Order: sequence, then structure tokens, then C-alpha cells
Amino acid sequence: MRGYFAGAGLMVAVATVAGSAMAQSVIKIGEINSYSLLPAFTEPYRKGWQLAVEEINAAGGINGKKLVVISKDDGGKPADAQTAANELVSSENVAMLAGTFLSNIGLAVSDFANQKKVFFLAAEPLTDAITWSKGNRYTFRLRPSNYMQAAMLVEEAAKLPAKRWATIAPNYEYGQSAVSVFKKLMSEKRPDIQWVDEQWPPQGKIDAGPVVQAVAAANPEAILNVTFGADLVKLVREGNTRGLFKDRKVVSFLTGEPEYLDPLKDETPEGWIVTGYPWYSIKTPEHEAFLKAYQAKYNDYPRLGSIVGYQTIKSAAAILAKANSTDPEKLIAATEGLSVPSPFGEITFRKIDHQSTLGAFVGKTALKAGKGLMVDSVYRRGSDYLPSDAEIEKMRPKD
Amino acid sequence: MAFYVAQFLTGLASAASLFLVASGLSIIFGVTRIVNFAHGAFYMLGAYAAFTLTERFSGALGFWGGIVAAALIIAAVGVLVEMVLLRRIYHSPELFQLLATFGLTLMVEDVVVLIWGPDDLLGRRAPGFKGAVDFFGQSIPSYDLFLIVLGPVVLGVLWLLFQRTRWGILVRAATQDRDMVAALGVNQKWLFTSVFALGVFLAALGGALQIPRDAVNHAMDLRVIVEVFVVVVIGGLGSIIGAFVAAVLVSELNAFGILIFPKISIILVFLVMAVVLIVRPWGLFGRPEAPARRTPGLTVNPWRPLTTNERLVALAALAVAAALPLVAGNYVLTVGSEIAVFVIFAVSLHFLMSVGGLASFGHAAYFGLGAYGVAFLAKLAGLPTIVSLLLGPMLGLLGAAVFGFFAVQLSGVYFAMLTLAFAQIVWSIAFQWVSVTGGDNGILGVWPDKWAATPSHFYWLSLGVAALVVVILRVIVFSPFGFGLRATRDSPLRSEAIGINVKRIQWTAFVIAGTVAGLAGALFAYLKGSVFPDNMGISLSVDALVMVLLGGVETVSGPVIGAIVYKALNIWLVSQTDLSKLVLGAFVVLIVVAFPKGIVGTLEAIMQRGRKSASSASPLLTSRIETAE
Repeated sequence: MRGYFAGAGLMVAVATVAGSAMAQSVIKIGEINSYSLLPAFTEPYRKGWQLAVEEINAAGGINGKKLVVISKDDGGKPADAQTAANELVSSENVAMLAGTFLSNIGLAVSDFANQKKVFFLAAEPLTDAITWSKGNRYTFRLRPSNYMQAAMLVEEAAKLPAKRWATIAPNYEYGQSAVSVFKKLMSEKRPDIQWVDEQWPPQGKIDAGPVVQAVAAANPEAILNVTFGADLVKLVREGNTRGLFKDRKVVSFLTGEPEYLDPLKDETPEGWIVTGYPWYSIKTPEHEAFLKAYQAKYNDYPRLGSIVGYQTIKSAAAILAKANSTDPEKLIAATEGLSVPSPFGEITFRKIDHQSTLGAFVGKTALKAGKGLMVDSVYRRGSDYLPSDAEIEKMRPKD
Repeated sequence: MAFYVAQFLTGLASAASLFLVASGLSIIFGVTRIVNFAHGAFYMLGAYAAFTLTERFSGALGFWGGIVAAALIIAAVGVLVEMVLLRRIYHSPELFQLLATFGLTLMVEDVVVLIWGPDDLLGRRAPGFKGAVDFFGQSIPSYDLFLIVLGPVVLGVLWLLFQRTRWGILVRAATQDRDMVAALGVNQKWLFTSVFALGVFLAALGGALQIPRDAVNHAMDLRVIVEVFVVVVIGGLGSIIGAFVAAVLVSELNAFGILIFPKISIILVFLVMAVVLIVRPWGLFGRPEAPARRTPGLTVNPWRPLTTNERLVALAALAVAAALPLVAGNYVLTVGSEIAVFVIFAVSLHFLMSVGGLASFGHAAYFGLGAYGVAFLAKLAGLPTIVSLLLGPMLGLLGAAVFGFFAVQLSGVYFAMLTLAFAQIVWSIAFQWVSVTGGDNGILGVWPDKWAATPSHFYWLSLGVAALVVVILRVIVFSPFGFGLRATRDSPLRSEAIGINVKRIQWTAFVIAGTVAGLAGALFAYLKGSVFPDNMGISLSVDALVMVLLGGVETVSGPVIGAIVYKALNIWLVSQTDLSKLVLGAFVVLIVVAFPKGIVGTLEAIMQRGRKSASSASPLLTSRIETAE
């Protein structure tokens, strides 16, 4: 009981630190991401949005006001993300929330935004639920969703002659929904396909040897892979050693992203059909401008995270500029149907489900000079890989 | 047929890596009784060090030399840790060392990112073991074969070391009865240091040997630590052979289990552990622990209820806390509510752990069950907040009643690990049963009714419940039931001899603690408006342990202070810096050194000493306390 005294003291201390007043000439965006849990993604991501902030303020800010991004770490926990969101909204008086990586954290923040009536621009979370089955009017999402990436991959995968398919996916929502959407779309296009095996290693804890062996035993002609990060490295190494990928087609989510492709170095398997970000071969003026600015500032090449971070803040700035207000209702009105330029070309935030039409590159992995690359890559616009409006209206709850 | 042989060999290779790390942990625990949470961190450091060395020095000699050198370097780091940190706290309450190693683990996770960068690192393949061997059409990596041989070799070397050397004899003696070894004049300091060094060497070696097949990254430690604990416990603490058998058992069950149930890996080790511990309470090769010789009742200041003055102070503190909404904004109030929730959670664990002497490593299960209970009632049944808050914790009660029944049959670390296994089983149900629990996307939109929705109202609600819970639990502590519970803690044999039904009392305590934790979880669900499997994860259980230990496990009001300090600091650091783990870990380590009995425990000891010297109390009692310490 004596503890409450100390506790109250601490709380008052926190209050005085946090209670700084908002200056009139500044617009604040509250940004949340899993910085300490997923530094491999979030470091380039942070560099991306810092570049965007610099560019925006160099060009005169938002309608003359300086843009400030206040960034918080969520440690990979939904509950902590909500604490951070609360601090940003209640103490920092931010105009909007942005960011998040993991799907469950994105959903937690989007639910918070819905409850507290705050605008939220989800950057990375891939789950379809955030715009569809659990969508709400305060939440928009930038990155192409699980469904969209699956649809892009299915387009290529359906062309393969392979009939016997196996899947390897991390055992959590992302892996489960990626596999189920892929299976559904694939079976629609190719009713002759058989699903001969599925493996569900726990995320981050794959015991790659037995998994590879088990998949090989089912003797599939093609494999769908959804693992990424350290799991992917282990899977690829075991698969290479055990010849799993020899004479088999592999379709793989996200593997073309530098975050996941680069660590594979000289073990990069060739000919996988992947989604990703071949920054070295995108020759559009928009992207070259971004690449030049990024490399000049950081002396490093961008990862996909850099694009996501950059575009999140660029989009947010465009929204704030158009709304010319920080009122959430006006922000929503401004965002619905808003088109903004991006390093991948113009994107639009759809009115119907608040999904942006940012696309992804689909290509093949290749190995050159001991490094993994994406070749034959083509940009797929997000707008081409979404279900019909009628289907979306069925899934998305009414506001 | 060839496939099954290949799958078996693959399982053996996984077992060998697991065994290396597990044997180290088992040796350290056997001799020093330290639950070395940092074992995974040493494993990870071994991998990182080996990566750097093998990148620098090429060739076969460079690679294998690099692996061994990395393990030796990290072992030296381990020695440093033991001498600088752990030596200071061998006489602290049991499990306090867990707190120190937990702090270290937090620090290491940030340090490796600072040193080696955030990217996953791909180590070299082992020279001479790059390809695969063809076995009737099945490819078996030659490195796997190397590991399959290495496992038993290490086992053999350890066996010789323990059976054939004087040092080994001392280690075995200390594992059996370290007080007796000390009494016979063996220099315990160096015995402990050398054992710790060997254990860390094995962990680092296990990590270093992973680089040809893994990606070195900053999450390796958590990936391995829990699994290794489980293996050690299944095998029986302190038994090297047990660790080996358990590693093989777990790895093979996994290798073949995924053929039938591809989703089994997520829970398999915990299922095996739960079954083994229920059937064989001391693991496969473990021996029943000798009854504790020390009498904890003497090592601490006897507990007493608060004096009238202290009660007034507590009331005043509560009044100050209740006045917070007058001055503070919404964010501070929400943080205040969260702290109040964790005070409830911490005192519930404290009740089980300090009063009942049953340290649970899976207390978050009941917290999470309470949270899910509320989510089901509020979302699915649409019940009003107050009803859900009252009924939600019943799910925690139910879980505690079922699991507690099995858990209290065990004691010590085995009890802790069985609770961990149950918590993981509950967690995986929440995680996997997507149609009911929403899987890891959780249940959203669990917001309280209007009357409790504003931050100040919810703050008062949480504060009120927290105060009530603290008072009720204190009343129980000083009730006849509480005295009975403390008796079972201090001496199960004697309390049984005087007619106390030990198991029933412990079970009751378990249910009380689980229900209170469920209440905390119920409030937490409403505070956050959503429920995730995270709410019953290992990290939350560890947080609760840290709060209790930080406050002082041998005190009555420790958990309240511990929860406030830890939670407030945690929230503040996470908000202020991306290196929150480094700072928080350093803080925990500092606290451990500065307050070897926890914050409240050390303060009480200081006040006690002041009072003693002032009144020069009975010298006989003082000397007895010191002897017991």
C-alpha cells in the first residue's frame, strides 16, 4: 500500500514531462513501429520517413506549417502499441497516427483509432482484415495486402504446368491467410491442382531439416513459401543442401524484398517467383529521384521498408495538405479518392475500402556475383488485383 | 523406409544442437541453483562471435578455430559476469539470480544490434561439410551427420569429466548437496565460477555451431531459451544424460509429429513436458530434491500486519493517487490504470510465490484467461461491463482450478516449469483456435460501457480494484489460512505432521492467485479494448516475476512497489528510447546489485538494522538470523 505514494509521484513526474504545449506553426504526426523487435525492417523504414520529412519541410512544410513526426517503439506488442498511440494522441496532440508493421499491432491501433476517432494510416501490416472484415472508417492502409500480393503471384503461378503443390508458411495469421488466399485464387484458376502437403513451422522457430524433408517426401511439383527473415534463410539453406528446390518451381511471398533477399547472399535460390523490390532495376523518373535522394542522404541503398516509410509520410503530408485541417472527419474526406505520387508511380486511396493502390514488383530470383537479385521484374499495380466492389462491400462492416 | 530413416537422422541433428545448449544450462543449474535466463543470450553471443571470427579467418582452420575461439571468448565473458554480478547475489532469495540474468538478456539483445547491425547475418558453411550424402535417394546434409556424431561425443566427454576427474566429483557432490560440499572445505567460489564457465562455453559452442545452417540474428536467444529449459526439465535437472535423452525425444517427436500434424511444432515441447512432469514429477532422469535444509522463516524478518501509522500512510498514499485525475491528463491516467492493473497482477503472483512458496512461470495464463473471458462475455454475449468484469475472471479461476490441481503436486522449479507448460498450452489454444479467439489477430472492440469509458473513471475503477485486492490479499496473508499457507512453504513435512492438508491449501492458494490474475486481465482487456494471445505469453509471465522479485520476494508489500517501478519505468523508457531494453536491463542489473533483497526487502533490512542498533534487540535472535543467511 505504501507503494501508491511513490506511484503517484512518478505519475506526476510523467505528466509534467509529457504536458508540453503544441506550437501553432507545427503539424505533428504520431508514428509507431516495432523498432526494437524488427530492426532489419524498421531501420530502413525510419530512414525512409526521415527523408520524406526533410523533403516536405524543405519544400515549405504543409500549407506553411512545419511537419514533425514523433516516433514511438511498440516493442512488437499490441498492448504497448496502444499505450504509445494513447500518448501520441492524448499528450502530443498529433493530427494523425501512422506506421505499424505486424498485423495484430496494426489491428490494435486501428481499433484504438476507431474508438478514439483518430485518423490512422497503417503503413505495413499486410492482413486483409484491416481494410476488410475488421475495417473501419478511420483506418487507411498503404501497402498491398496479403490478398493483392497473393493475386499477383497466382497470376504467374497459374501459368506453371505444376499440378502438385505444397505450402510452407509460418504458423500465424499472416502465413495462414496468405496460404488460404493463394489456395483459393489458385484453385479458381486451375481446378486441376492438388495440394499435397502443408507445413506450418512456428514463426521464427522453424526446424528446417524435418520440414524440408517432409515436403520433399510429398514430392510436389511446386512449392508455395511464405516464410521470411531468419526462417527463410534456414529453409533455403536446408533446401539447397537437400536438393528440395531442384527441378521444382517455387513461388514465394516477399522474398524479393532486399530485407529478406540480401541475407541469403550466395545461397540465393534461382528462379523463384517472388514479390519484392528490385531497387537496382527500376528506371522510372519517380524512383530514380527517390533513389538519388536516399543514397545521397544515407550512403546506403533503400530496402522496401525505406519505400514504405517514405511513402507513408509523403501520403500523410498530402492528406494533411488537402484537408488543410486536423479534424479527423476532414482528413477522411480528403483521403478517400486522393491520388498521390509515389516512387512506384501515382497511387490512390480507395474510397470503398481505404486501401491504397500501391503495387508490388513481381519477378524471379537470380544469383549474380554471390548476391541475390530480382530479375525480369514487372510492376503490378495494386488496383488490378483487388476483388470486385460487391465482394468488398460484403466483407467490410458498414461504418 | 529410407525417408523415415532420413527423418530420424534429421531429428537427431536437431537434438544434438539442442543438447549442447541444454547440457550447459543443466550443469549450471545443478551446481549453482541459478535459473540462468541469460543462457540463450550466451548462445546468441556465441553465434555472433563465431560469425565475426569465421568471416575474418578463412579456410578450415579459420572456421573451426573460429568456432572454438568464439565459444572460449564468450565463456570468458561468462566468467566475468559470474564474478562481477552473480557472486554478489548467491545469498539473495531464490530466483533473484533469475532477475539478474533476465536483465543481462535484455541488455544483450540491444547490444548485438548495436555491434553487428540489424540485418540477419549469413555465416559460412563448414569446410568439408557443405554438401549432402545420398541415402537411398534421400539427401542428408553432411553437417547434420557431423552434429549427430558431435552430440554423443560431447556427452561422452562431459561424462568422463564428471566421473573421472576430481573437479567432476566436486561438481557432482555440489549438485547433490552443496552445503555439505561447502562444509567440507571446498572452495565454492571457484567451483561455481568454473561450472558457470563450462556451461556458458557449451551454450556459446551450440550457438557457434549453428552458423552454417541458421541466420545469425538478435532474436536467437528467445528462440532457444524456453525450449532449452523445457529439455532440461524433461530430462531431469542436473542430469546430463537426461538432457540428451530429452533433446532426442523432443526433436524426434517434432520431426515425425509434423508429418501428421504440421502445426504441432508450436506446442509440442510443452505438451511433452506437461505429460512427463505429471507422470514423472522430477523429469525422466531427475531425482527427487532433498527437502530444503534452510528454514526460510528465519532468514527474513517475520511478517507483520501494518501498524496504525503505516496504515494511515498507506491511506494517504491512496488518497494522493486517487486525486491524480485532478492534475493529470488522459495519457497519464491511462498509464496509471495500466500500472494499477499490473499491481493487481503482481500481487496475485506474489501471493502464490512469496506466501505460498510456489513460483509460477506461467502466471500470465490466468491473466489472459480473464481477459479472454471478458472479451467473450462482452463481445459475444454482449453483457454490460460490470457483469463481464465480475464473470470474466471466472475463466481464470477455472483454468487455475484445473491446472493448479496438477501443478501443486510438484514443487520448486518443476512446479514452475509445469505452470509454464500449461500457460503455453493455453496460449497456443488462443493462438490456433482462430474461429473462436481470432488467432493472433485477437478480439477487437472490447471497450467498457460509458460510465467507465473516460480515462479518469477507468483510472478510479482500476485503482479502487487494486486497493481492494491488495487489502483482501493482505487480510488473507494474516488469516489462519495465510499462516497455514506459509507453513506449507517453510516446511511441507512439518506442516503435514501437524495435520495441515498441504496440497489442498496450495491448490486453494493457486486458485485465489489465478482468479485475482484473471481480474487483472479482465481490467486490462477493457483498458486496451482488445485481447491478444500476447496477453498470456511468456514475456508477460516473466514481467510478473520481475515485478515481484524487484520489489522483494520476501516482503509483503514488495510486489506493489515492484509493479509500479517496473511498469512505469518500462512505459517511460519504451516511449523515450529505442534502446529501452538496454536501459531497462542495465537498471534491473543495478537494482539487483544495489538491492540484493529487492527494493522493499533491502529498505526493510536497513530500517530493521537501524531499529535493532537503537534498541539493541535480543542478540540471540540477531545472530540466528545471520547464521541462517
